[in-house]
Amino acid sequence: MFKQIAVVSGKGGTGKTTLSASFIDLFNNSIGVDCDVDASNLFLLFDTKLEKQYDYYGGKKAVLNSEKCISCGKCKTLCKFEAITEKNSEFLIDEFSCEGCGRCVINCPVGAIELIDNRAGEYYKSSRENTFLIHANLEPGEETSGGLVAEVRKLANKIAKEENHEIVIIDGSPGIGCPATSSITGVSYVVIVTEPSISGIHDLKRIIDTAKHFKREFGIVINKYDINAENTKYIEDFCKNENIEILGKIPFDKNIMKATNEKNPITKYVSSSSKEILLISKKVLKIIRGEKN
Amino acid sequence: MKIAVLSGKGGTGKTLISTNLANVIKERKHVELLDCDVEEPNSSLFFNIKFEKEVKVNLDIPLVDNEICNKCGICAQKCQFGAINSFPTGTLVFETLCHGCSVCSDVCPVNAIKTEEKDIGIIKYGAYKNINFGEGVLNIGKPSGVKIIKKLKHFSKNLDIQILDSPPGASCSVVETLKNVDFALLVTEPTPFGLHDLKAVQEIVSLMEIEHAIVINKYESEYEYKEMNQFIKEKNLKVIQKIPFSNEIAKIYSKSELISENEKYKKIFEEIAEKVGVYNV
Repeated sequence: MFKQIAVVSGKGGTGKTTLSASFIDLFNNSIGVDCDVDASNLFLLFDTKLEKQYDYYGGKKAVLNSEKCISCGKCKTLCKFEAITEKNSEFLIDEFSCEGCGRCVINCPVGAIELIDNRAGEYYKSSRENTFLIHANLEPGEETSGGLVAEVRKLANKIAKEENHEIVIIDGSPGIGCPATSSITGVSYVVIVTEPSISGIHDLKRIIDTAKHFKREFGIVINKYDINAENTKYIEDFCKNENIEILGKIPFDKNIMKATNEKNPITKYVSSSSKEILLISKKVLKIIRGEKN
Repeated sequence: MKIAVLSGKGGTGKTLISTNLANVIKERKHVELLDCDVEEPNSSLFFNIKFEKEVKVNLDIPLVDNEICNKCGICAQKCQFGAINSFPTGTLVFETLCHGCSVCSDVCPVNAIKTEEKDIGIIKYGAYKNINFGEGVLNIGKPSGVKIIKKLKHFSKNLDIQILDSPPGASCSVVETLKNVDFALLVTEPTPFGLHDLKAVQEIVSLMEIEHAIVINKYESEYEYKEMNQFIKEKNLKVIQKIPFSNEIAKIYSKSELISENEKYKKIFEEIAEKVGVYNV
């Protein structure tokens, strides 16, 4: 049975995609899945070929038939999401605010509102070398990103099972809300990437609490560790006190920007950061295989 | 004038620009800074803010009286989020899936469902010198901060100049941040990642018909990212500032210090403020 590794960070821009792409490149028998569905960048680092595209219907949206509407205003009063506005006694539903709960539909006295399926994005199965990459595109402004994360993970897991992959690498969503938690539910191991900035530390603590809340095993990677030695020391001490494993420290390395711009994982280059990432990947592999260090 | 700072991709410099912009504007005008990145709010780390008010943000979560409930399951049928389910032993609510819409209590034929307020986060409000500051903080394990952003915006004092530090991404919480703003600063970095995510947020601000301009962060003059230039030209976008790629900026930022306190960098933000036209309001 395959294992799932999620790479998350809380704060954005700390290096989730750089690290995920490296794992995908280094682990031979793996499949990658990009769960940052509203800013999906992982596929940019690989030479992929689109194999199949799927529509994603996430939730519903209320639609008002203005010919039937008697302008009683009941829907506006009841809507918890302030999605219904009135202009010259004409009522309008703001599709960006509507969460598709259907309260207006149930309570409209003349049946002027209905819920319709909402196409909220699409997701893709792309092939690369001997494996696949699963990624998605949420329609701008949509709200069901957690649902789309669940869909792409389901597809990746299905393929992993069919193709006998050992590992599913999940490039997670930033933050701690639904797309981030959907990225880590049920995974074997969470790799948390942080950076030695006060903001990074602040967000690290919140993502650690989130990982604990969902009872996931996790370890920490400090990226750009040499940018602020004092803060790196703070993170190391903090982890020591909390009994959290530090998987490795990646130096600030301009080659990462070069690799990104050349659309390659950093592990395709010989550099200070790729050496450290190789060591980290070996450690992670041992952990998920249950081997002793 | 309400200005939202957004980027799509995380870590491109939204908070750097929001905080430093507020810091330079405060020299001339009273300004309000709202941190709408409620999942990971960081703006307050850059100021010594005295918080004066704290307000909880609640959702109306259903409370089922299983003595009255006849297990008919209508609530489960009508809930669009799978947040309530009837079992032979009773009806259960899954709070993390609940949007607080009250449909279940509306449709219950025996009135077995009441709602009770449960907090999902908090709003804090305070000040530092000429900056009024508000932030929202989502509780750990809660799915969505949209309602917190909404409340934060209601709660604000709506000063003449308002800066909103947006969450990353391009989904619902970004849209909530963008509602009723007058101007959007799209922060990007000259990489394929930056460009890909810039396209998504540019699409949102266009759909919402919000005037916008671009700030390129981590800019290197010896390296022009052609695809980005091409996109900017195609869409006829304005680039109003370029912030250099600099180790020094990264170091100052990592200490939660404001780079605009340094004369060398102050001008960057004064120019943004001028070009956006904040002093004309």
